[in-house]
Amino acid sequence: VVWDTLGNKQFCSYKIKTKTQSFCRNEYNLTGLCNRSSCPLANSQYATIREEKGRCYLYMKTIERAPFPSRLWERVLLSKNYEKALEEIDENLIYWPRFIRHKCKQRFTKITQYLIRIRKLTLKRQRKIVPLSRKIERREKRREEKALIAAQLDNAIEKELLERLKQDTYGDIYNFPIHAFDKALQQQDAESESESDVEKEEEEEEEEDEDKDKREFVEADDSDLSDFEDMDKLETSSEEEQEDEEETEKKASHSKSKGKTPLKGPTRRKRPYIEIEYEKEAEPTTKTKTS
Amino acid sequence: RQEKLAVKKKRRKEREALGDKAPPKAIPKTIENQRVYDETTVDPNDEEVAFDEATDEFAPYFNRQTVPKILITTSDRPRGRTVRFCEQLSTVIPNSHVYYRRGLALKRIIPQCIARDFTDLIVINEDRKIPNGLVLSHLPDGPTAHFRMSSVRLRKEIKRKGKQPTEHVPEVILNNFTTRLGHSVGRMFASLFPHDPQFIGRQVATFHNQRDYIFFRFHRYIFKSEKKVGIQELGPRFTLKLRSLQKGTFDSKFGEYEWIHKRREMDTSRRKFHL
Repeated sequence: VVWDTLGNKQFCSYKIKTKTQSFCRNEYNLTGLCNRSSCPLANSQYATIREEKGRCYLYMKTIERAPFPSRLWERVLLSKNYEKALEEIDENLIYWPRFIRHKCKQRFTKITQYLIRIRKLTLKRQRKIVPLSRKIERREKRREEKALIAAQLDNAIEKELLERLKQDTYGDIYNFPIHAFDKALQQQDAESESESDVEKEEEEEEEEDEDKDKREFVEADDSDLSDFEDMDKLETSSEEEQEDEEETEKKASHSKSKGKTPLKGPTRRKRPYIEIEYEKEAEPTTKTKTS
Repeated sequence: RQEKLAVKKKRRKEREALGDKAPPKAIPKTIENQRVYDETTVDPNDEEVAFDEATDEFAPYFNRQTVPKILITTSDRPRGRTVRFCEQLSTVIPNSHVYYRRGLALKRIIPQCIARDFTDLIVINEDRKIPNGLVLSHLPDGPTAHFRMSSVRLRKEIKRKGKQPTEHVPEVILNNFTTRLGHSVGRMFASLFPHDPQFIGRQVATFHNQRDYIFFRFHRYIFKSEKKVGIQELGPRFTLKLRSLQKGTFDSKFGEYEWIHKRREMDTSRRKFHL
């Protein structure tokens, strides 16, 4: 009677229809589908398994209690042991139709499995989902852009690097002795001794990106130069100097070409200057031509 | 608005009229000028701060006792962008290794890292296929900083970039870390890089703090003359915003937080910054 009216013909508030199937939203439903045999409203003898806080209960409905809706569903706590619980289901639902017994056991199995899974997952790491407020996101983005503009990063970095250069943190690698250079230019107009000074300074200027050993080598040669002890030694040492300088020039140009191309300008500008000096200083050597 | 223009014009005319006797130009107000004074700003001569820094967790680094060794990792299942970002980051920071995480709990890998002598741990968190968070943890029981990362640009997305960074140790520039909090964060960043930069490499890594946003850039510089330097950007870039600073190593439940960014309280004023 109930099924004829509610179930398929008229409106049942627990029924949900989809294209292929209809479901029953009733909490006491055993399978979740809307069928004649699984509707708790239409069947006067019905049983379900439900779980509360991790414990499973067997709910039973019999025809004798039909007029007492508050006492309609009888509840039995099932044991935690899986096999024992199955036996309890069997003994409670003895003489009940096969369908209900089978479905009850299936449902119980599924429930215990998902409870086990829940317990396992809570032990592992859990992802916490943090809500993102759109207004705040937009505000942060705007502020970041404005901060970027205000920061003027390139200028700040350049300033900092120049400051470090001034404070001599780089030591003697970069020598831009502009004042000494001017002085040297003035001295150049004077006498021959000044030529060697200029040469010294220009050699030093060239030594960007050079190892310290090479610098020491050059410095030692400079001292030889100033002493004028051995002319032969002088010539050979100046040859080696020139070789070293060529190498370092090449190295410098190589390393700079890695970075920016406009750097080849300054190095080229310096080279012809020095060539002039070589020719004047070490005439008998033939190495000048190769530079 | 037109009124403002009119006032400006009048002022300019007055100035021209007065010539040399004109009053000096008014300084425009910027947010940095108007910044609410933070009582924790560090004075360069502050003794207490100097003493603190000599005895805190970074002292062994700054005394050159330890060499930094860094482990970079991601959250679970990193996507392509994050992976590439990790690789680029490992080229920027010398002596760093990238390890993938397949479901390993952070709490368990931290003791392993300490056993293998790592000094720092970086975890890059990912969301929707882009990296969006960074956890930087100084390992032998050091502070842990959690940042939100934004506008990440990989190397190929940077315009006019140079070639790959070489293996030289870069220099480090830390700008604008004024308050106590800023100081400790700055020292954290400094401790990632080995203490002696190789000037031959001419590379510089910059952490610039502006209005609580930390911009990271990686450049190669060249001195064209005494007063002029050219820089060329190479390497990834990203911006960080500090979310929280914990005293011990990474521990989300029991850690002691030194500073958390509380949105309701701390974001109210436009002129108040914490770093």
